[in-house]
Amino acid sequence: MLKKIKHLWHIIRQLSGDDAYERYLKHHAEFHASAVDAPPPLSRQDFFKYWQESKWSGINRCC
Amino acid sequence: MNKYIKNIIWIAVAILGAYALAGIALNRGESINAIWLVTAAVCIYAIAYRFYAAWIAAKVLTLDETRATPAERLDNGRDFLPTNKWVVFGHHFAAISGPGPLIGPTLAAQFGYLPGTLWILIGVVLGGAVQDMVVLFASTRRNGRSLGQMARDEIGAIGGNAALIGTFMIMIILIAVLGLVVVNAMKHSPWATSTVAATIPIAMLIGLYMRHIRPGRVLEASAIGLVLLLLSVVAGGWIDHDAGLREWFNHGGLTLAFAIITYGFAAAVLPVWLLLAPRDYLSTFMKLGTIFLLAIAIVILRPEIHMPAVTQFVDGSGPIFGGTLFPFVFITIACGAVSGFHALIASGTTPKLLSNERDIAMIGYGGMLLESFVAIMAMIAATVLEPGIFFAINSPAGVVGQTAVEAVKTINSWGFPVTVEQMEQLAKDMGESTLFARTGGAPSLAVGMASIFANAFGKSLLALWYHFAIMFEALFILTTLDAGTRVGRFMLQDILGNFNKKLGETSYMPSVIFTSALVVAGWGYFLYIGVIDPNGGVNILWPLFGIANQMLAAIALCVATSIIVKSGKAKYAWVTGLPLTWLVIITTSASYEKIFSEDLRVGFFAAANHLSTQLAAGTLSPERAAVAPQLIFNQHLDAYLTVFFVVVLWVVVLDMLRLSIKHLRGEQVKPFTETAYVKTALE
Repeated sequence: MLKKIKHLWHIIRQLSGDDAYERYLKHHAEFHASAVDAPPPLSRQDFFKYWQESKWSGINRCC
Repeated sequence: MNKYIKNIIWIAVAILGAYALAGIALNRGESINAIWLVTAAVCIYAIAYRFYAAWIAAKVLTLDETRATPAERLDNGRDFLPTNKWVVFGHHFAAISGPGPLIGPTLAAQFGYLPGTLWILIGVVLGGAVQDMVVLFASTRRNGRSLGQMARDEIGAIGGNAALIGTFMIMIILIAVLGLVVVNAMKHSPWATSTVAATIPIAMLIGLYMRHIRPGRVLEASAIGLVLLLLSVVAGGWIDHDAGLREWFNHGGLTLAFAIITYGFAAAVLPVWLLLAPRDYLSTFMKLGTIFLLAIAIVILRPEIHMPAVTQFVDGSGPIFGGTLFPFVFITIACGAVSGFHALIASGTTPKLLSNERDIAMIGYGGMLLESFVAIMAMIAATVLEPGIFFAINSPAGVVGQTAVEAVKTINSWGFPVTVEQMEQLAKDMGESTLFARTGGAPSLAVGMASIFANAFGKSLLALWYHFAIMFEALFILTTLDAGTRVGRFMLQDILGNFNKKLGETSYMPSVIFTSALVVAGWGYFLYIGVIDPNGGVNILWPLFGIANQMLAAIALCVATSIIVKSGKAKYAWVTGLPLTWLVIITTSASYEKIFSEDLRVGFFAAANHLSTQLAAGTLSPERAAVAPQLIFNQHLDAYLTVFFVVVLWVVVLDMLRLSIKHLRGEQVKPFTETAYVKTALE
């Protein structure tokens, strides 16, 4: 039961983008951090700015 | 054994669905329980999803779960990102479900509950859900390309530009009609106006919180925002009861229209994080929560439907909008049955998040089924009202008469009993000064929802529930208005960028202001005309929106059909060809009637000529004579717009047919643009 609630909470966080920064850090560590001259990951605030801009650059709401 | 049980269950679902459908279709008694509509809908959706969608996935599209999706191949951690299928489903559904499926069925309820319900169910199973699913598939196989790009690749430049212009026009008309709905909901209602106004500073506060106070804490910020929104509904009641304060928010249609126009411009120019993004969070949560609550309330309460199955207005004399059952019920209910706009979402963000092709049926087909269910609930909320009350709220003063006594007399003459006292009591219960001629669908939906909620969760709070429902509708209508204006601005900048590089830069402030002003002026014009039109404006704007939206759906289905033919599955082309044919028939005949009909409430030219004659003869009242030239100009403009839509539609359809026939003859046509197979490495 607890496991199911945890899973649901996980999905809600993912749906709303609440955990977007954590996912970004994970992605960064996995794919980009290994390069020699890799830039450090963005700060939470900078990442959120970037994420929001890119989310709102196309058609994402309908009738 | 297991398979045997499964078969029995599916046969039971089929029998139950058929029984419920026969029950609602053949019922000619006094009233019918709403639970039958819900049962019929759920059974039909289940069977359609399990069998038709699965068949399309396996035979027509031949989905391949070993094939890597663009999200996997082009993963950049941002827009291309393999995502949990429930999360993609949530994003997709939140994006496609707007106010359309709530308003369309409410308006179409003037024909009775049956025609609209049948069209919602049949339309979604064979049309809307198929369109969304096939377009999602096509875009997934083409690196997430947009509908416009796919139309250009598959059909040619004409198809591509048609999709682009169609989208832009729909946006303008949609925003105007939505603005009109909000204006009519707030007209001389200090409670509604103050609550809706409060959503703006609340959104800004949440925007600041997410940006600067606790960056990226979306859930936390949204929770605070939702509490504030609920408080604003209560506070609106206090303002309404304060003799001084209420005058601040007591405004007529024109003032509110200009307020919304100003707001729309500000929202398009301000940075997204301040207003647009936080408002979108709040409205998405509010929307999902309220729809869920409404479904539960309907199941608990099982309300009786009081509207007849079919009313006399199928002959075209309906008070809410003029026009016969065919083709106008199919134009009025677009979203919820089939909506061209969805093709933009299905070829936008969604394909870039999809981690496996096998989820295309669940997200594309299933998402649209859920949207259709929202439309069914709107139909229920509209038809549980006594028909007399429903028509009193939704009929414009220009049709039923200016005073309450006249309106009641006209509505009684149609055979729908309602009294002035009844309407006064209802308005008092809902905390409104009047509920006569509150056109646009939002007030009657709110009355329906409030009575359902109040009966299910506490009767004493009727006025609070009513204004909660108004706030819920206004919140996401305004979100569509903001987001639509912004998208319109991007599209315009994209087009103007071809002529002047500077104008095409989305961050160049003079261009931002110029293009935003142009887009706002476009919908602001239609909104203004809608407000000064004594017939309520919705009568004109909603069919125009319906025609435009169905035209876009037809273009999307043309792209889908041509892709199916080119993939060597011409024998299955009917899957998209059938809904396409139907859309072409209804769009063309509706356009024909809007242009050539002699009926003053249907034909644009007929209405314009009638008004000109009246104006020349001097039989109009001074107020009406003052606005008549603008109304005449607008009727002409609307007629030419309709001509334009139908011409664009036919050009694309004929072009698609020409290419398909050429391809079937073995001649060289535009190449098949599917990306090459790459095996998935996920799982």
